[in-house]
Amino acid sequence: MSKKATAAPKKSTGSATSAESPADAPVNRSLSKVERIELFRTMVRIRRFEERSLRAYQGKKIGGFMHPYIGQEAVAVGCCSLMGKDDHVITAYRDHGHAIAVGMGLNEQMAEMYGKATGCSKGKGGSMHFFAPDRNFWGGHGIVGGQIPLGIGLAYGLKYLGRKGAAMAFMGDGAVNQGAVHESYNLAALWQLPVIFVIENNGYSMGTSQSRSSAGELAKRAEGYNMAWDTCDGHDLYAVRAMMDKYLKLAREESKPAVIEIRCYRYRGHSVADPDNTYRTKAEIEEYRRTKDPIQTFQQRLIAAKILTEAEAEEIDQAARAEAEAAAEFAEASPFPTVENIQQDVYWEADNPAERKSQGRLFFD
Amino acid sequence: MPAITYREAIRHALAEELERDKNVVILGEEVGQFNGSYKVTEGLLAKFGPDRIVDTPISEAGFIGMGVGASMLGVRPVMELMFWSFYSVAFDQILNNAANVRYMSGGLINCPIVIRGPANGGTNVGATHSHTPENVLANHPGVKVVVPATPYDAKGLLKSAIRDNDPVMFLENTILYGNKGEVPEEEYLIPLGSADVKREGTDLTIVTYGRSVLHSLAAAEVLQKEHNLSAEIVDLRSIRPLDIDTVLKSVAKTHRVLIVEEQKPFASVGTQLTYMIQREAFDELDAPIHRLATVDAPAIYSPPVEIEQLPNPQRVLQAALEIFN
Ligand SMILES: Cc1ncc(C[n+]2csc(CCOP(=O)(O)OP(=O)(O)O)c2C)c(N)n1
Ligand SMILES: [Mg+2]
Repeated sequence: MSKKATAAPKKSTGSATSAESPADAPVNRSLSKVERIELFRTMVRIRRFEERSLRAYQGKKIGGFMHPYIGQEAVAVGCCSLMGKDDHVITAYRDHGHAIAVGMGLNEQMAEMYGKATGCSKGKGGSMHFFAPDRNFWGGHGIVGGQIPLGIGLAYGLKYLGRKGAAMAFMGDGAVNQGAVHESYNLAALWQLPVIFVIENNGYSMGTSQSRSSAGELAKRAEGYNMAWDTCDGHDLYAVRAMMDKYLKLAREESKPAVIEIRCYRYRGHSVADPDNTYRTKAEIEEYRRTKDPIQTFQQRLIAAKILTEAEAEEIDQAARAEAEAAAEFAEASPFPTVENIQQDVYWEADNPAERKSQGRLFFD
Repeated sequence: MPAITYREAIRHALAEELERDKNVVILGEEVGQFNGSYKVTEGLLAKFGPDRIVDTPISEAGFIGMGVGASMLGVRPVMELMFWSFYSVAFDQILNNAANVRYMSGGLINCPIVIRGPANGGTNVGATHSHTPENVLANHPGVKVVVPATPYDAKGLLKSAIRDNDPVMFLENTILYGNKGEVPEEEYLIPLGSADVKREGTDLTIVTYGRSVLHSLAAAEVLQKEHNLSAEIVDLRSIRPLDIDTVLKSVAKTHRVLIVEEQKPFASVGTQLTYMIQREAFDELDAPIHRLATVDAPAIYSPPVEIEQLPNPQRVLQAALEIFN
């Protein structure tokens, strides 16, 4: 851009959020009963899957880190429910919710955490590194903020290849303080890439509260890059959809980037390694659970709207528990990768020997 | 065959690949309007336009990571680093993301990206601008590492690198950019991982790569004329994959080895070679393997002293003679 851009975009007060309730936004009004129930079901499946994973972890079936998404389900489900054919998702290590929301099966996810060959990454990635490129899901990344340049790369790729779609690059409230994120903001705005930076603000980066880590309002930093920004309530699935629909359209149709901060809360510790007794009170967690739980509130709304009965909700819950249990059984019964598998999936060329063009040794001992 | 410069050879490789495949795109600082910090990309913007030749802000982590992300979708970005030294601010994007994404996805993804730029000392630009990270890069399974010494090699290897489906780190040299060499007009490729015997000899194998190849060739002439010693020079050209067979074949012929590298000695490329040679050709050796590296300190600025810190013909000659004393 050679000329100075006109007035910097301010926080939007667009129709989706102000005038009408998010539930009445067109993108939500148009939902059929079945679709609403499916959104509910996906959130329940995430929660039950993760609870089952936590039990497996405690039973020493799963190693390393595991970062539960419990409490934040409406964010991933709301955002990913809007994905069109060429919309793409990338996120950090707290990735189970996004993986389920884009449609990855529970078996391959559980098996991945069990370190099994049947896992989505053949047991090579673990909980933090789920991928499903066939579902436009590009991980699953362990370095805080490190996935964000890749996210703008997806958007750049779409634009360069002349494909119509958008990338959603998810990060936490702690990740916003990484330099790579700011570089990505600038590039996205400079080149008008079809990307939405989604800040899942759960209030804490590990044990550090937002007020102890970040100066100013998180999404407002977009203004410095002349980018649109907005915030929304991440406990309300309809609010997430209403907000994201608007910006996804701008991204897909006008190739406009945006920063969206979605306020949410996690009920469990940062990871399985966090005893969760140093930086917040039990009362605070309880208050969120009691008044804001995204699954509970959505269930109540569906029941009030006579879309769902208590009995049906219970059935969905039981089915989700059973599905998670079956995933654990699948994982348990699956074989581990072999030592020979360690050096596969390192180089494309080594995995495709018939098409190999290079010579010489690729591996050393 | 026309003689062209190393710089032109790289430019021709870029232009041919841009012409051949519309998914190839060049991104980097000053690659377009400025015509390249070292004029490698001169004229490409005029020929291919701003969608294919993209000037980036000074955000190595951001734009290299962006290239990695785009490569996952099938774009084939060729990223220019003004100096390889600046890889440090993009380390995470190169060596966590580009190197690991295939593995962590269980082979579902690959990153056909090339990252290229100069990596050398000898221009008095001090410690921050003189890094030679081929050992660091090659320490990361998942990436390939190429260091060409001549215009011919630079062109053929770069074309292969751009067509490669794995991330390739391509390390050039500002001092070599102006060097001329014969390059055929017709198209050719040089496979990665093929070493080249740049001089045949019988008494000593000098294993080397990059600009040190030229120092070694110069030293070999003196060895021959003044000491009646015949040195064979094996130019690795590619660090990973590594053509160890050509090295071992030469060792079996000469029974003496000198490794010459513009590298800090600790855990260098030469360290790895030494291990492999002693492991796989112990019985062939008539003397301990010797190695000449950069003098182990940050790159000194002082122009005449920097010459002595790096491998140079005199230092190579001396090291070679030490093997026979
Ligand atoms: C570069 C880097 N620094 C530190 C860590 C360790 N770490 C992992 S998650 C995390 C907190 C991140 O918080 P936030 O971005 O808010 O995401 P959340 O965990 O809340 O989803 C930290 C410090 C890391 N993985 N990467
Ligand atoms: Mg957080």
